[in-house]
Amino acid sequence: MFELLPAEFAIIASMVVPLFGFVLVTLLDGSPNIRESVSITTGVITLFFTLTIFTAVGAGERPSVEIVQMLPGLSIAFKVEPLGALFGLIASGLWIVNTFYSIGYMRGHGAHGQTRFYMAFCVAIPAALGIAYSGNLLTFFLFYEALTLSTFSLVTHERDDAAKAGGRIYLGILMGTSIGLLLPGVVWVYALTGTTDFVAGGIMGEVFANMPLIFSIILALFAWGTAKAALMPFHPWLPNAMVAPTPVSAFLHAVAVVKAGVFGVLKVSVYTFGAANVAESGAGDVITYVAAASILIASLIAMTEDNLKARLAYSTVSQLSYITLGAMLATKYGILGGGTQIAAHALGKMTLFMCAGAVATATHKKYISQMRGLGQAMPFTFIAYIIGACSIIGIPPMAGTWPKFLLMMSSVETGDLILIGVLILSSLLNIVYLLPPAVRAFMDNPKEPVEGIQEAPAFCVVPAWFTAIGTIVLFFLMGDLIQYLQPLVEGL
Amino acid sequence: MLMDDLPVLPVLLPLIAAPIAVLLPNGRAAGAWATLIAWLSFYLAMQLTSIVATAGTVEYAMGGWASPLGILYRVDLAGAIVMTLVAGMASVTFPYAMSSSAAEIVPSQSKAFFAMFLICFSGLMGVVATGDAFNVFVFLEISSLSTYTLVALGAKRDRRALTAAFNYLVLGTIGATFFVIGLGLLYQVTGTLNMIDIHEKVQAAEEDYGRVVRAGYAFIMTGLALKLAMFPLHRWLPNAYTFAPSSVTAFLASTSTKVAIYAMLRFLFTVFGFSFGFADVALAVFLILGLVGMFSGSLIAIFRRDVKMILAYSSVAQIGYMLLGISFATVDGVGAALVHVVNHAVMKATLFLAVGAVFFSLGSHRLSAYKGLGKTMPVTTAVIIVGGLSLIGVPLTNGFISKWALVGAAYDSVLAVPSLAIVLMIVASSLLAVAYVGRIVWAMLLEDPVPGVQAKPVPALMMVPMVLMALLCLYLGVNADGLVDLCRQAAEVLLDSGLGYGGVR
Repeated sequence: MFELLPAEFAIIASMVVPLFGFVLVTLLDGSPNIRESVSITTGVITLFFTLTIFTAVGAGERPSVEIVQMLPGLSIAFKVEPLGALFGLIASGLWIVNTFYSIGYMRGHGAHGQTRFYMAFCVAIPAALGIAYSGNLLTFFLFYEALTLSTFSLVTHERDDAAKAGGRIYLGILMGTSIGLLLPGVVWVYALTGTTDFVAGGIMGEVFANMPLIFSIILALFAWGTAKAALMPFHPWLPNAMVAPTPVSAFLHAVAVVKAGVFGVLKVSVYTFGAANVAESGAGDVITYVAAASILIASLIAMTEDNLKARLAYSTVSQLSYITLGAMLATKYGILGGGTQIAAHALGKMTLFMCAGAVATATHKKYISQMRGLGQAMPFTFIAYIIGACSIIGIPPMAGTWPKFLLMMSSVETGDLILIGVLILSSLLNIVYLLPPAVRAFMDNPKEPVEGIQEAPAFCVVPAWFTAIGTIVLFFLMGDLIQYLQPLVEGL
Repeated sequence: MLMDDLPVLPVLLPLIAAPIAVLLPNGRAAGAWATLIAWLSFYLAMQLTSIVATAGTVEYAMGGWASPLGILYRVDLAGAIVMTLVAGMASVTFPYAMSSSAAEIVPSQSKAFFAMFLICFSGLMGVVATGDAFNVFVFLEISSLSTYTLVALGAKRDRRALTAAFNYLVLGTIGATFFVIGLGLLYQVTGTLNMIDIHEKVQAAEEDYGRVVRAGYAFIMTGLALKLAMFPLHRWLPNAYTFAPSSVTAFLASTSTKVAIYAMLRFLFTVFGFSFGFADVALAVFLILGLVGMFSGSLIAIFRRDVKMILAYSSVAQIGYMLLGISFATVDGVGAALVHVVNHAVMKATLFLAVGAVFFSLGSHRLSAYKGLGKTMPVTTAVIIVGGLSLIGVPLTNGFISKWALVGAAYDSVLAVPSLAIVLMIVASSLLAVAYVGRIVWAMLLEDPVPGVQAKPVPALMMVPMVLMALLCLYLGVNADGLVDLCRQAAEVLLDSGLGYGGVR
């Protein structure tokens, strides 16, 4: 059924449909039920288009559309390859799940400004899809900024002082790095090569051969300039973004925004710099070790956080660096490990956030120390949490197993024994800080009486179970996914 | 035929129209008359540009007296672009002024106001069109004197306009004096005032009277630097912009410094040229002062509480970008500077027109008055956001094209300062722009409106020019090919000057 439409049309449609949804949601301010139905319908239609693209790309097509050319070699254009098709599918698919969850969470909290909330999502989705489908660096940069701005209103949704302070850091770091580092990198690439197009094998081969130092500097500009990937020391925006309502954290700060960052790093590594060049360059090594350090340091910080969302945020910082690590190792298994981690971590971490939000909806408890003994009262939430946590840790049969496996393979390939140690240690740390909240919820005696505490509303729990089961399904489908991403690593 | 007189018509037309404006029955009629003249001049300037773009530099001997005896008018492509720009800005600000000035200027003065506007317009066009060095001085003073008056007319709303105008008058006159002293020195050793003629003779004169020529050079550059508000000679600008009537600010910000930059380019490249030994010193000074201006202007802008003041200091910073482009002394660099001259004029006009609309509605341009503007004045807010994004240099706005061209030119040019350092400084300064634009946008979108304040609706005469300019910001950001090409050609002509001194490619 997905072959009916040309993929080129689907690219445009997948970004225009949510904007129509935006208009409708705006007009339906007065009738919440219809408003949410429109949100979900928009999501389903968008998913149809992203699936169309996904299948077309899987069949070997590389659909491309040029929107406008500003100067020769400088245009807004889309061109989809497997990694982008995958990211687009994940983003639009999980948007629907998140909309269901938002209904439960926002109504459960009696939150204000719900129309504004759904409106912002309708803008953030096209921005994320624009990143996924971008055909050159300029388009990528443009939608990257659009995503920052459209999600800003979600981060500051509460409109109180804490939200404004968090929002300021969010905007300051993301825009500061993108304009300060990413943009000069983009312009430099253009000045050296005369194009910013994404081309398989990269466009910087000649630069690498003649000016390895410049190549390294530009690579560093991209690795840190894409601060959505939260490579240290530009990670603080992510914990600060936790002032947002939990659906925002669950979807944007486990899926759309952060994955846009690591997707960008992975994409430029393969399609701008050329994986073979990155693997040999000096900067690639340096960034690899910075990423490894990020993995460990963020894990250590996560252990000290009592606020569950903050702990999950630092865990995200840590998990994102896996992908940066893979992109910078730039071996066949490194790239595949990074690509599969995008999918696996999205499902796992979204489950965890949705569970954290479910607990907050049911009990208004945010701190791990308050959650002791809640397991009996809300078993479904905490079991889903355990499944999500196991996926992040990398225990079979959860999807998170494979990326770690691939990354370890990659480290073995490059002979980097330290990195293997880091990866193993990180998994152990994951166990230490991710499992206890759930384990203590079941094992410990409650601090306060739990009478009257009930399971969170179905709208909160079912989406969490949906993604939790998703991690198990993805474990078994991983072979197909790796097959799908194969074009990225051709010739490596 | 009339078309043969094309180089002088856009200059003479407003000059002759000015006294007529005073004779008209009321301010509204004078405004309509001025608008008509501006549109006509704009049409003529466009004709001129299309002729110059295809047939090359146009010359016109005033009164039929051949140079060097008579006054020669000489319009090259860069000049034609700047003339079109000035006339275009006049075409949008004059109708805007018909509405905005009603509240900001004493009614009995409104006819004189439009007469002054026309004289100022004529002076600015004259500076660009003429090929005679002394004539540049004359027109510079015509435009400056009328500008002082225009700024002072803001006194109805705020008496500080008078001191601002006086300050501007003193500093502007010092600048003009420097300029004319420099011209005198040059005249002493070359015996001519025609620019091309000076150029031919100054090379020989430098051997015999090196000091005099260099002193003349320094005087002229300093005088022009004052007029174009190069850091640290920018002190007149913030107050003059802040306290002038809204339409005057929009017109001045988008034209007068731009015209001074063009005059500077003319003297730098056409009159003196690269073979002149002093040029390197001047370019190095521009580079350093341009960079310092970029930062100091933006930094001060961040901490101002008056939106007009923020934008005025931002102008100081933006002039830094133009000087930077000029200091590369390459076709790409000067081309980028010209692109930014046009783009900055458009975006600053957009912003100042919108700020004027807010002033019209709420009677204030303090940042505190902008709270919650997104709810009370959505269109104006949108216009300010477009202008602000342009100022930052976000893709799809014309500001991005400017910066893209400038950064590209920086990578390609060989300079004492490594090009990467310059690029990073350009970028860092853009980040400062994010900060001051961010403050305005933050207040408009995220703060709640001041309770009890009623916004007067903005009349169509103000709304249309403002929205038009905002759309132009976006259009020039999307379809930039034509402008960039044109400016590159213009830079080529400027650097070559048809005299074989050629720019460094």
